[in-house]
Amino acid sequence: MNGLTAHLPILPVLLPLVAGIVLLALRNAPLALQRGISLVATAALIPLALVLLASAADGTQLVYKLGNWDAPFGIVLVADRLAAWMLTTTALLALFALLHALRGDDVKGRHFHVLYQLQLFGLNGAFLTGDLFNLFVFFEILLLASYALLLHGGGRLRVKAGLHFVVINLVGSTLFLFAVGTLYGVTGTLNMADLAVKLVHTAPDNLALVETAGLLLFGVFALKAALLPLHLWLPAAYAHTSAPVAALFAIMTKVGAYSILRVSSLMFGADGGAVANLLAGWLMPLALATLVAGMLGAVAATALRQQISYLVVASVGTLLAAFALGSVDGIAAGLYYLPHTTLATAACFLLADPIARARGEYGDRFEPGPTMPGAPLLGALFFAAAIAMTGLPPLSGFLGKFMLLRAALESPWLVWVWAAVLSTGLVGVIALARSGSLLFYRTHSTGKALPALRMAEWLPAAALLLLGLGMTIWAGPLAHYANATAAQLLEPQGYIDAVLGDRQ
Amino acid sequence: MEALIALIIGVLTACGVFLALRGQTFPVVLGLTFLSYAVNLFLFTMGRLAIGVPPVISDAAAYTDPLPQALVLTAIVISFGMTAFVIVLALKARAEFGNDHVDGLHTDEGTPR
Repeated sequence: MNGLTAHLPILPVLLPLVAGIVLLALRNAPLALQRGISLVATAALIPLALVLLASAADGTQLVYKLGNWDAPFGIVLVADRLAAWMLTTTALLALFALLHALRGDDVKGRHFHVLYQLQLFGLNGAFLTGDLFNLFVFFEILLLASYALLLHGGGRLRVKAGLHFVVINLVGSTLFLFAVGTLYGVTGTLNMADLAVKLVHTAPDNLALVETAGLLLFGVFALKAALLPLHLWLPAAYAHTSAPVAALFAIMTKVGAYSILRVSSLMFGADGGAVANLLAGWLMPLALATLVAGMLGAVAATALRQQISYLVVASVGTLLAAFALGSVDGIAAGLYYLPHTTLATAACFLLADPIARARGEYGDRFEPGPTMPGAPLLGALFFAAAIAMTGLPPLSGFLGKFMLLRAALESPWLVWVWAAVLSTGLVGVIALARSGSLLFYRTHSTGKALPALRMAEWLPAAALLLLGLGMTIWAGPLAHYANATAAQLLEPQGYIDAVLGDRQ
Repeated sequence: MEALIALIIGVLTACGVFLALRGQTFPVVLGLTFLSYAVNLFLFTMGRLAIGVPPVISDAAAYTDPLPQALVLTAIVISFGMTAFVIVLALKARAEFGNDHVDGLHTDEGTPR
């Protein structure tokens, strides 16, 4: 490693930070320049993430020591397969959500592009960091940016949803610090690899403390991931914010899922000695309950964006059920499902925006409204998005769910997983079929002129759906990569060796 | 001293939880502030309590763990920023709804609970 390659893992963190600061300095510059910088900085994340994805493909775990301090004394960034996978998903999602925002959402308030870049800074940092306190700091960065983005544009409902979102996340941050403090008090380290080594030899006296801290961490991550019963903040927050922000937030619940996967595989995995499989007993029942609750919410929803928000909850349930299987196949199914559900959800949120606009005063509420201008195109896109969301063939959601069902064959949870996934799949189809027919078929003409559909309104969503199609066509290599990632996660010794070297 | 500090953290947390569960935004903000005080103290004590020893490794035999102090500093800065944000947000909610209930209940007659 030499030159720029050695600094590769930190670039996805630095680039949005620098872009955010530059955009803040240029806040009075022409709008086109600000948009251009934001777009270039976001688009540049894709090649960076792809290079990391390629370099992690052969199993190397790039470790970047900040300030060249050796772990566990310094802070490290670790770019392994999982981190590169999450970075790629984030980068792709961020580009198309930003393209949608350029249609006009970015000028409805101040500093949209600054906040957007800082949100990406927090997200990328959270995926790359190898230090528990650093994870907390990146969580706070992405949360603070998300608070401001959520409220962007203002409005009464947005303020109310934002207040709930901020308060519950502040409580979550407090619990995170309690957990981190307890772990530090017992082990004297915050480096995740070092923690993994030290927790194996937890003294029996400290076992209760470590278990408390581990479950507190799980609680915090479950809150971010919107796992039942901590999912109640999500539907209001996602349904009332602007479309590009809601689309970007599709990755936010996955940060929680990522953290659960990382912590449970590295620190509380099967090799965890005294604290082995600490979270395993909780994860599966909660995930399945989340899946069911989310789908029931989707059926009961009274507006399109609310329905999509509940589908986000359901998808978190599916994702964590796959992770909870704990086998290579199970985690691989979850990892394949993760980018699929992120991109499909984002496409749905981006589509709900022109649909709501085209219906004029009826918005996205489920009641018979006027015939939309451009209804055939919007309807076709909605149909494709609904197929992706519910996991029907031929799109990638079906493959993800199929991998999950197949992985569950060897699990003691077989009956529960199959029953929950298949029945909620049916319920999801019914819910989306009902909303689609209400929005597109039961229409009446009002005589009022409605704004015509412009290309910029549907193109980003269509591009996201095309990415989903790409995930279906190249499912083989992607599933192979997901399998390799899962295998790497279940061998935490490799991660520990890469980070700590001979300092164990 | 351990008992005293533990008691302080416990009382702060209890007050924080109680206030955070109130219906009006002002007590909720106060409760969050109490919780962040509690967690800052808690983090600080995780380096063990010691009096009169420097947080640097020097020729002197005794030293105390400097890392929790650095962590507390970070946590204080973050919670400070968050508190400022949530206060502004609460004021904005007050202006939008005309009352300070966390759910923004706006009744025509009387004040909400």
